[in-house]
Amino acid sequence: MILDCLGRRCPLPIIELARALPTVAVGDVVTVLADDPAAEPDLKAWCRLQGQSYEGREGDAFTVRRLS
Amino acid sequence: MSRVCSVVNLDAASGLPLHPLAREAWMAALDDGWADPARLYGSARRARQLLDGAREALAGQLGCRTDELWLAPSGSQALYAAVRGVRAARSRAGSHVVHSAIEHSAVLHACAEGPATAVPVDLAGRVSADGFTAALRDDTVLACLIAASHEVGTLQPALDLPVPVLVDACQAIGRAPLPPWDLLAGSARKWGGPALGVLAVRTGVRWVSPWPEEGGFPGPVDIPTVLAAAVALEAVAVERVAEDARLRPLVARIRAAAAAVPDVEVVGDPDDRLPHLVTFSVLYASGEALVLELDAQGFEVSSGSSCTSSVLEPSHVLVAMGVSTHGSVRVSLSRDVTEADVDRFCAVLPSVVARVR
Repeated sequence: MILDCLGRRCPLPIIELARALPTVAVGDVVTVLADDPAAEPDLKAWCRLQGQSYEGREGDAFTVRRLS
Repeated sequence: MSRVCSVVNLDAASGLPLHPLAREAWMAALDDGWADPARLYGSARRARQLLDGAREALAGQLGCRTDELWLAPSGSQALYAAVRGVRAARSRAGSHVVHSAIEHSAVLHACAEGPATAVPVDLAGRVSADGFTAALRDDTVLACLIAASHEVGTLQPALDLPVPVLVDACQAIGRAPLPPWDLLAGSARKWGGPALGVLAVRTGVRWVSPWPEEGGFPGPVDIPTVLAAAVALEAVAVERVAEDARLRPLVARIRAAAAAVPDVEVVGDPDDRLPHLVTFSVLYASGEALVLELDAQGFEVSSGSSCTSSVLEPSHVLVAMGVSTHGSVRVSLSRDVTEADVDRFCAVLPSVVARVR
Protein backbone atom coordinates (compact mmCIF):
# COMPACT_ATOMS: atom_id res chain seq x y z
CA MET A 1 0.00 0.00 0.00
CA ILE A 2 1.25 3.49 -0.82
CA LEU A 3 0.03 6.64 0.97
CA ASP A 4 0.73 9.80 -1.01
CA CYS A 5 1.24 12.56 1.57
CA LEU A 6 3.54 14.71 -0.57
CA GLY A 7 2.99 18.38 0.17
CA ARG A 8 1.13 17.60 3.41
CA ARG A 9 2.44 18.81 6.73
CA CYS A 10 2.90 16.73 9.87
CA PRO A 11 0.91 15.34 11.60
CA LEU A 12 -1.19 14.48 8.50
CA PRO A 13 1.18 11.75 7.20
CA ILE A 14 1.16 10.19 10.68
CA ILE A 15 -2.64 10.33 10.87
CA GLU A 16 -2.89 8.68 7.42
CA LEU A 17 -0.46 5.95 8.46
CA ALA A 18 -2.31 5.29 11.73
CA ARG A 19 -5.52 4.80 9.72
CA ALA A 20 -3.96 2.65 7.00
CA LEU A 21 -1.63 0.32 8.88
CA PRO A 22 -4.40 -1.72 10.61
CA THR A 23 -5.88 -2.48 7.16
CA VAL A 24 -2.81 -4.45 5.99
CA ALA A 25 -1.84 -7.89 7.27
CA VAL A 26 0.65 -8.26 10.09
CA GLY A 27 4.07 -8.51 8.43
CA ASP A 28 3.07 -6.40 5.43
CA VAL A 29 4.41 -2.92 4.72
CA VAL A 30 2.94 0.50 4.01
CA THR A 31 4.94 3.05 2.06
CA VAL A 32 4.39 6.70 3.00
CA LEU A 33 5.38 9.35 0.47
CA ALA A 34 6.11 12.52 2.43
CA ASP A 35 8.32 15.58 2.02
CA ASP A 36 7.71 17.38 5.32
CA PRO A 37 11.07 17.65 7.15
CA ALA A 38 9.35 16.31 10.28
CA ALA A 39 8.18 13.13 8.51
CA GLU A 40 11.29 11.04 9.22
CA PRO A 41 11.61 11.74 12.97
CA ASP A 42 7.86 11.55 13.46
CA LEU A 43 7.43 8.25 11.57
CA LYS A 44 10.32 6.75 13.58
CA ALA A 45 8.85 7.98 16.87
CA TRP A 46 5.35 6.78 15.95
CA CYS A 47 6.65 3.28 15.16
CA ARG A 48 8.55 3.19 18.48
CA LEU A 49 5.46 4.27 20.44
CA GLN A 50 3.07 1.94 18.59
CA GLY A 51 5.34 -1.11 18.47
CA GLN A 52 5.60 -1.09 14.66
CA SER A 53 8.77 -1.26 12.57
CA TYR A 54 10.29 1.70 10.74
CA GLU A 55 12.14 0.04 7.86
CA GLY A 56 13.90 3.08 6.37
CA ARG A 57 13.54 5.61 3.59
CA GLU A 58 14.48 6.02 -0.04
CA GLY A 59 14.18 9.68 -0.95
CA ASP A 60 10.66 10.73 0.02
CA ALA A 61 9.41 7.12 0.35
CA PHE A 62 9.26 5.80 3.92
CA THR A 63 8.53 2.13 4.64
CA VAL A 64 6.73 0.93 7.77
CA ARG A 65 6.05 -2.72 8.57
CA ARG A 66 3.07 -3.79 10.66
CA LEU A 67 4.27 -5.94 13.56
CA SER A 68 1.05 -6.17 15.59
CA MET B 1 -1.13 41.66 43.59
CA SER B 2 -4.17 40.14 41.90
CA ARG B 3 -4.22 39.39 38.22
CA VAL B 4 -6.11 41.79 35.98
CA CYS B 5 -7.07 38.98 33.62
CA SER B 6 -6.98 35.21 33.69
CA VAL B 7 -4.17 34.69 31.16
CA VAL B 8 -1.36 32.59 32.61
CA ASN B 9 2.06 32.61 30.97
CA LEU B 10 3.55 29.10 31.07
CA ASP B 11 6.59 29.95 28.96
CA ALA B 12 9.18 30.95 31.55
CA ALA B 13 11.88 29.21 29.50
CA SER B 14 11.48 31.79 26.72
CA GLY B 15 11.61 34.82 28.98
CA LEU B 16 10.37 36.18 32.27
CA PRO B 17 8.99 39.50 33.39
CA LEU B 18 11.58 41.52 35.29
CA HIS B 19 11.94 40.34 38.88
CA PRO B 20 10.31 43.02 41.10
CA LEU B 21 13.62 43.70 42.91
CA ALA B 22 15.42 43.98 39.56
CA ARG B 23 12.86 46.51 38.38
CA GLU B 24 13.50 48.64 41.48
CA ALA B 25 17.26 48.44 41.00
CA TRP B 26 16.97 49.30 37.32
CA MET B 27 14.83 52.36 38.03
CA ALA B 28 17.24 53.59 40.71
CA ALA B 29 20.27 53.05 38.46
CA LEU B 30 18.77 55.21 35.71
CA ASP B 31 19.56 58.24 37.89
CA ASP B 32 23.05 57.21 39.01
CA GLY B 33 24.35 54.94 36.28
CA TRP B 34 23.91 56.83 33.01
CA ALA B 35 27.46 58.20 32.62
CA ASP B 36 30.34 56.54 30.79
CA PRO B 37 32.14 54.58 33.54
CA ALA B 38 35.48 55.05 31.73
CA ARG B 39 35.54 58.84 32.36
CA LEU B 40 37.10 60.57 35.37
CA TYR B 41 34.46 63.02 36.60
CA GLY B 42 32.03 62.51 39.46
CA SER B 43 28.99 61.11 37.61
CA ALA B 44 31.30 58.71 35.78
CA ARG B 45 32.82 57.55 39.06
CA ARG B 46 29.33 56.88 40.46
CA ALA B 47 28.49 54.86 37.35
CA ARG B 48 31.79 52.98 37.70
CA GLN B 49 30.97 52.09 41.31
CA LEU B 50 27.55 50.74 40.35
CA LEU B 51 29.04 48.71 37.51
CA ASP B 52 31.83 47.29 39.67
CA GLY B 53 29.36 46.31 42.38
CA ALA B 54 27.05 44.65 39.87
CA ARG B 55 29.93 42.74 38.26
CA GLU B 56 31.09 41.53 41.69
CA ALA B 57 27.59 40.33 42.53
CA LEU B 58 27.22 38.54 39.20
CA ALA B 59 30.63 36.90 39.51
CA GLY B 60 29.86 35.82 43.06
CA GLN B 61 26.63 34.17 42.00
CA LEU B 62 28.19 32.49 38.95
CA GLY B 63 31.17 31.23 40.94
CA CYS B 64 33.93 33.08 39.13
CA ARG B 65 36.27 36.04 39.68
CA THR B 66 35.26 39.44 38.37
CA ASP B 67 38.19 39.46 35.94
CA GLU B 68 36.87 36.19 34.48
CA LEU B 69 33.46 37.72 33.64
CA TRP B 70 32.50 39.28 30.31
CA LEU B 71 29.19 41.02 29.65
CA ALA B 72 27.54 40.22 26.31
CA PRO B 73 24.44 41.56 24.56
CA SER B 74 22.70 38.17 24.88
CA GLY B 75 23.23 34.56 25.85
CA SER B 76 23.34 33.57 22.18
CA GLN B 77 26.17 36.03 21.49
CA ALA B 78 28.04 34.82 24.56
CA LEU B 79 27.81 31.23 23.29
CA TYR B 80 28.84 32.10 19.76
CA ALA B 81 31.79 34.17 20.98
CA ALA B 82 32.85 31.43 23.39
CA VAL B 83 33.30 28.86 20.61
CA ARG B 84 34.89 31.28 18.13
CA GLY B 85 37.17 32.75 20.78
CA VAL B 86 38.55 29.38 21.92
CA ARG B 87 39.14 28.26 18.35
CA ALA B 88 40.96 31.53 17.60
CA ALA B 89 43.11 31.37 20.75
CA ARG B 90 44.01 27.70 20.37
CA SER B 91 44.50 27.56 16.59
CA ARG B 92 47.97 26.04 16.96
CA ALA B 93 46.53 23.14 18.97
CA GLY B 94 43.79 22.53 16.38
CA SER B 95 40.21 23.57 15.70
CA HIS B 96 38.10 20.45 16.25
CA VAL B 97 35.15 20.90 18.63
CA VAL B 98 33.01 18.22 20.26
CA HIS B 99 29.44 19.18 21.12
CA SER B 100 26.18 17.49 22.06
CA ALA B 101 23.50 17.13 19.40
CA ILE B 102 21.15 19.28 21.49
CA GLU B 103 23.22 22.47 21.87
CA HIS B 104 21.64 25.86 21.24
CA SER B 105 21.70 26.87 17.58
CA ALA B 106 24.25 29.61 18.37
CA VAL B 107 26.69 26.89 19.48
CA LEU B 108 25.85 24.65 16.53
CA HIS B 109 26.41 27.51 14.05
CA ALA B 110 29.75 28.40 15.63
CA CYS B 111 30.88 24.76 15.77
CA ALA B 112 29.98 24.26 12.10
CA GLU B 113 32.52 26.92 11.10
CA GLY B 114 35.25 24.28 11.50
CA PRO B 115 35.68 20.56 12.14
CA ALA B 116 33.19 19.36 14.73
CA THR B 117 31.70 16.12 16.06
CA ALA B 118 28.20 15.85 17.49
CA VAL B 119 27.64 13.48 20.43
CA PRO B 120 24.20 11.83 20.33
CA VAL B 121 21.65 11.82 23.17
CA ASP B 122 19.41 9.01 24.39
CA LEU B 123 15.61 8.98 24.46
CA ALA B 124 15.64 11.04 27.67
CA GLY B 125 17.79 13.68 25.96
CA ARG B 126 21.01 12.92 27.82
CA VAL B 127 24.55 12.47 26.47
CA SER B 128 26.96 10.02 28.02
CA ALA B 129 30.24 11.39 29.35
CA ASP B 130 31.94 8.43 27.64
CA GLY B 131 30.44 9.59 24.35
CA PHE B 132 32.32 12.87 24.72
CA THR B 133 35.57 11.12 25.60
CA ALA B 134 35.23 8.84 22.57
CA ALA B 135 34.71 11.82 20.25
CA LEU B 136 37.95 13.58 21.29
CA ARG B 137 40.74 13.85 18.71
CA ASP B 138 44.32 15.03 18.91
CA ASP B 139 43.24 18.38 17.47
CA THR B 140 40.18 18.86 19.71
CA VAL B 141 40.29 22.27 21.40
CA LEU B 142 36.85 22.53 23.05
CA ALA B 143 33.87 20.52 24.27
CA CYS B 144 30.39 22.12 24.46
CA LEU B 145 27.61 20.75 26.64
CA ILE B 146 24.42 22.51 27.65
CA ALA B 147 23.76 22.12 31.40
CA ALA B 148 20.12 21.33 30.64
CA SER B 149 18.27 21.85 27.40
CA HIS B 150 15.72 24.64 27.40
CA GLU B 151 13.50 22.39 25.31
CA VAL B 152 13.25 19.34 27.58
CA GLY B 153 15.10 20.16 30.82
CA THR B 154 17.06 16.92 31.25
CA LEU B 155 20.20 17.60 33.30
CA GLN B 156 23.46 16.56 31.66
CA PRO B 157 26.38 14.73 33.29
CA ALA B 158 29.51 16.57 34.42
CA LEU B 159 32.39 16.26 31.97
CA ASP B 160 35.99 15.69 33.03
CA LEU B 161 37.99 16.07 29.83
CA PRO B 162 41.54 17.06 28.85
CA VAL B 163 40.10 19.99 26.84
CA PRO B 164 38.19 23.08 28.07
CA VAL B 165 34.46 22.56 28.56
CA LEU B 166 31.93 25.25 27.58
CA VAL B 167 28.74 24.92 29.62
CA ASP B 168 25.64 26.64 28.24
CA ALA B 169 23.81 27.36 31.49
CA CYS B 170 21.27 29.80 30.05
CA GLN B 171 18.35 27.78 31.38
CA ALA B 172 20.06 26.31 34.45
CA ILE B 173 21.45 29.43 36.16
CA GLY B 174 19.26 30.22 39.14
CA ARG B 175 17.42 26.90 38.71
CA ALA B 176 19.95 24.14 39.35
CA PRO B 177 23.49 23.64 40.68
CA LEU B 178 25.95 24.11 37.83
CA PRO B 179 28.32 21.38 36.62
CA PRO B 180 32.08 22.10 36.50
CA TRP B 181 33.01 24.45 33.64
CA ASP B 182 35.92 26.21 31.98
CA LEU B 183 33.69 28.60 30.05
CA LEU B 184 30.16 29.40 31.17
CA ALA B 185 27.44 31.24 29.25
CA GLY B 186 24.19 32.61 30.64
CA SER B 187 21.28 34.89 29.82
CA ALA B 188 19.81 37.26 32.40
CA ARG B 189 16.39 37.19 30.70
CA LYS B 190 16.05 33.57 31.74
CA TRP B 191 16.55 34.35 35.44
CA GLY B 192 14.28 37.37 35.65
CA GLY B 193 16.72 40.09 34.60
CA PRO B 194 16.76 42.28 31.51
CA ALA B 195 18.35 41.31 28.17
CA LEU B 196 22.01 40.67 29.02
CA GLY B 197 24.38 37.82 28.29
CA VAL B 198 27.26 36.70 30.49
CA LEU B 199 30.36 34.76 29.52
CA ALA B 200 32.76 33.57 32.22
CA VAL B 201 36.18 32.27 31.19
CA ARG B 202 38.37 30.63 33.83
CA THR B 203 41.83 32.08 34.27
CA GLY B 204 44.24 29.97 32.24
CA VAL B 205 41.68 28.99 29.60
CA ARG B 206 42.82 30.38 26.28
CA TRP B 207 40.10 32.58 24.79
CA VAL B 208 40.25 35.77 22.75
CA SER B 209 37.38 38.03 21.92
CA PRO B 210 36.29 37.63 18.30
CA TRP B 211 35.94 41.42 18.20
CA PRO B 212 38.76 43.95 18.26
CA GLU B 213 37.39 45.53 21.42
CA GLU B 214 39.29 45.65 24.67
CA GLY B 215 36.11 44.99 26.63
CA GLY B 216 35.37 41.68 24.99
CA PHE B 217 32.04 42.48 23.35
CA PRO B 218 31.32 45.57 21.23
CA GLY B 219 28.98 48.31 22.34
CA PRO B 220 28.51 50.33 25.50
CA VAL B 221 27.70 48.67 28.83
CA ASP B 222 24.23 49.66 30.03
CA ILE B 223 24.73 49.95 33.77
CA PRO B 224 21.06 49.83 34.87
CA THR B 225 20.73 46.61 32.85
CA VAL B 226 23.79 45.02 34.47
CA LEU B 227 22.68 46.08 37.95
CA ALA B 228 19.15 44.74 37.42
CA ALA B 229 20.59 41.44 36.13
CA ALA B 230 22.77 41.12 39.23
CA VAL B 231 19.92 41.95 41.62
CA ALA B 232 17.61 39.47 39.86
CA LEU B 233 20.21 36.70 40.08
CA GLU B 234 20.79 37.33 43.78
CA ALA B 235 17.03 37.29 44.34
CA VAL B 236 16.40 34.01 42.52
CA ALA B 237 19.41 32.46 44.29
CA VAL B 238 17.75 33.25 47.63
CA GLU B 239 14.45 31.79 46.40
CA ARG B 240 15.93 28.81 44.53
CA VAL B 241 15.58 25.98 47.02
CA ALA B 242 12.03 26.96 48.01
CA GLU B 243 11.01 27.45 44.37
CA ASP B 244 12.51 24.07 43.47
CA ALA B 245 10.44 22.42 46.19
CA ARG B 246 7.30 24.29 45.11
CA LEU B 247 7.65 23.72 41.33
CA ARG B 248 8.67 20.05 41.18
CA PRO B 249 5.31 18.72 42.45
CA LEU B 250 3.48 21.12 40.09
CA VAL B 251 5.50 19.86 37.12
CA ALA B 252 4.85 16.28 38.26
CA ARG B 253 1.12 17.08 38.21
CA ILE B 254 1.37 18.36 34.62
CA ARG B 255 3.40 15.31 33.59
CA ALA B 256 0.76 13.00 35.03
CA ALA B 257 -2.12 14.93 33.44
CA ALA B 258 -0.44 14.88 30.02
CA ALA B 259 0.49 11.21 30.26
CA ALA B 260 -3.14 10.37 31.09
CA VAL B 261 -4.30 11.70 27.71
CA PRO B 262 -4.26 8.87 25.12
CA ASP B 263 -1.34 8.94 22.64
CA VAL B 264 0.63 11.61 24.50
CA GLU B 265 4.29 11.02 25.29
CA VAL B 266 5.90 13.08 28.06
CA VAL B 267 9.56 13.49 27.13
CA GLY B 268 12.77 14.10 29.07
CA ASP B 269 14.03 12.60 32.31
CA PRO B 270 11.18 12.51 34.88
CA ASP B 271 13.42 13.26 37.88
CA ASP B 272 16.95 14.35 37.00
CA ARG B 273 15.82 17.58 35.38
CA LEU B 274 15.26 21.30 35.73
CA PRO B 275 12.49 21.93 38.26
CA HIS B 276 10.25 24.20 36.19
CA LEU B 277 9.92 22.70 32.74
CA VAL B 278 8.05 19.84 31.06
CA THR B 279 7.62 18.90 27.40
CA PHE B 280 5.19 16.47 25.83
CA SER B 281 4.30 15.30 22.33
CA VAL B 282 0.64 14.95 21.36
CA LEU B 283 0.32 12.42 18.54
CA TYR B 284 -2.04 13.32 15.67
CA ALA B 285 -2.20 17.00 16.65
CA SER B 286 -0.35 20.01 15.28
CA GLY B 287 1.80 22.02 17.67
CA GLU B 288 0.52 25.26 16.20
CA ALA B 289 -3.11 24.28 16.80
CA LEU B 290 -2.33 23.22 20.39
CA VAL B 291 -0.56 26.50 21.12
CA LEU B 292 -3.45 28.54 19.68
CA GLU B 293 -6.15 26.49 21.44
CA LEU B 294 -4.33 26.71 24.78
CA ASP B 295 -3.94 30.46 24.23
CA ALA B 296 -7.70 30.69 23.71
CA GLN B 297 -8.09 28.94 27.06
CA GLY B 298 -5.80 31.47 28.74
CA PHE B 299 -2.51 29.51 28.75
CA GLU B 300 0.59 30.74 26.93
CA VAL B 301 2.95 27.89 26.01
CA SER B 302 5.59 27.24 23.38
CA SER B 303 6.15 24.39 20.94
CA GLY B 304 9.11 22.70 19.25
CA SER B 305 7.00 21.63 16.28
CA SER B 306 8.11 22.75 12.83
CA CYS B 307 4.80 24.53 12.17
CA THR B 308 5.63 26.93 15.02
CA SER B 309 9.25 27.61 14.00
CA SER B 310 10.31 30.42 11.70
CA VAL B 311 12.28 28.02 9.51
CA LEU B 312 9.56 25.33 9.38
CA GLU B 313 12.06 22.73 10.60
CA PRO B 314 11.28 20.54 13.61
CA SER B 315 13.26 21.10 16.81
CA HIS B 316 16.73 19.55 16.44
CA VAL B 317 16.57 18.64 20.13
CA LEU B 318 13.40 16.55 19.74
CA VAL B 319 14.80 14.97 16.55
CA ALA B 320 18.06 14.04 18.31
CA MET B 321 16.09 12.40 21.13
CA GLY B 322 13.97 10.39 18.71
CA VAL B 323 10.65 11.68 20.02
CA SER B 324 7.71 12.87 17.97
CA THR B 325 8.10 16.49 16.83
CA HIS B 326 4.55 17.30 15.77
CA GLY B 327 2.14 18.18 18.57
CA SER B 328 5.01 19.32 20.78
CA VAL B 329 4.11 21.43 23.82
CA ARG B 330 6.58 22.92 26.29
CA VAL B 331 5.27 24.18 29.62
CA SER B 332 7.65 26.12 31.89
CA LEU B 333 6.68 27.71 35.18
CA SER B 334 7.77 31.07 36.55
CA ARG B 335 7.65 32.24 40.16
CA ASP B 336 4.27 33.84 39.38
CA VAL B 337 2.51 30.59 38.45
CA THR B 338 0.30 29.22 41.21
CA GLU B 339 -0.96 25.77 42.12
CA ALA B 340 -4.46 26.84 41.03
CA ASP B 341 -3.10 27.85 37.60
CA VAL B 342 -1.53 24.42 37.17
CA ASP B 343 -4.68 22.63 38.27
CA ARG B 344 -6.76 24.59 35.78
CA PHE B 345 -4.23 23.78 33.03
CA CYS B 346 -4.41 20.09 33.87
CA ALA B 347 -8.19 20.26 33.85
CA VAL B 348 -8.48 21.82 30.37
CA LEU B 349 -5.70 19.82 28.69
CA PRO B 350 -7.74 16.71 27.74
CA SER B 351 -10.49 18.76 26.10
CA VAL B 352 -7.97 20.99 24.32
CA VAL B 353 -6.26 17.93 22.83
CA ALA B 354 -9.61 16.42 21.84
CA ARG B 355 -10.68 19.63 20.06
CA VAL B 356 -7.38 19.96 18.17
CA ARG B 357 -7.41 16.33 17.05
